[in-house]
Amino acid sequence: MLDFYGKKLTSRLFLGTAQYPSPTILEDAVKTSGAQVVTVSLRRESGEAKSGQTFWNMISDLGVHVLPNTAGCHTVKEAVTTAHMAREVFGTKWLKLEVISDNDTLCPDVLSLVEAARILVEDDFEVFPYTTEDLSIAGRLLDAGCKVLMPWGAPIGTGLGLNNIYGLKTMRAHFADVPLIIDAGLGLPSHAAHAAELGFDSVLVNTAIAKAGNPVAMAKAFSIAIEAGVMARTADPMEPRDMANPSTPVLGMASFT
Amino acid sequence: MKIIVNSIAHNVMESNIHTILIELNYGKARVATALNGEFVTQEMRINTLLNEGDRLEILAPMQGG
Repeated sequence: MLDFYGKKLTSRLFLGTAQYPSPTILEDAVKTSGAQVVTVSLRRESGEAKSGQTFWNMISDLGVHVLPNTAGCHTVKEAVTTAHMAREVFGTKWLKLEVISDNDTLCPDVLSLVEAARILVEDDFEVFPYTTEDLSIAGRLLDAGCKVLMPWGAPIGTGLGLNNIYGLKTMRAHFADVPLIIDAGLGLPSHAAHAAELGFDSVLVNTAIAKAGNPVAMAKAFSIAIEAGVMARTADPMEPRDMANPSTPVLGMASFT
Repeated sequence: MKIIVNSIAHNVMESNIHTILIELNYGKARVATALNGEFVTQEMRINTLLNEGDRLEILAPMQGG
């Protein structure tokens, strides 16, 4: 069973909650996929519309764990302040820590990420850092007290899949006992299956599901794909080879010449 | 008193964050507040007084990835 900061999970799919065609479709996607963790954010609230309250009521009724993020933060101060506000609003120590370097790639600013993580862990947060596959940064995040890492598959919202297979495989091997969640950039369930085949524990998906023609079906497809990937990994896959090797026995082949 | 709430100018009668939230119709909404860039906990709102031109951020749960 998966264990993230002492919380036991059976589902390997973390769902983002943004960009869905409607709240009902989001709700159905969560239920159908069996996801047990959803990511949420904080944004400005109007005293008249109070749209955030409606959203929160819906999420609360789902009975899932919430993972607040610091999306959009570019500095340590922004991220730390947002984290404190999120902890009060959502009532959880969990935090998906994002400190973004530039808006074209939404690449993590890994130096600020480490600094923010250290501050927040000291303040009793349970940090899920959105990072790259860089091993030295991953090590610094663990040294700072993070017990989970969230390397990117590809830039947020691109749907490109796993951009650096070598880097991700190395990360998995190097931190064999650390829960690793692929966060961002997945576009297809096959990408999630591949992540699981490489040994990653979970995946976080938002855009690929929310922007699909049928988000509910796509959420289910991701959920199944991850489980298939895990099952394949534990089934001890064959080693790839460069030369063809007939699967049908050659011995006993008829001669027609 | 003129203050800036979520980047919009407001004239408010009250002077602490707790009462300003009521005045601006937030009622018992689940929100978090920051004054001039610094987080103000729910417990501290009633004791946190605002001055002319102060910037108040009021945030609430929202969809996120």
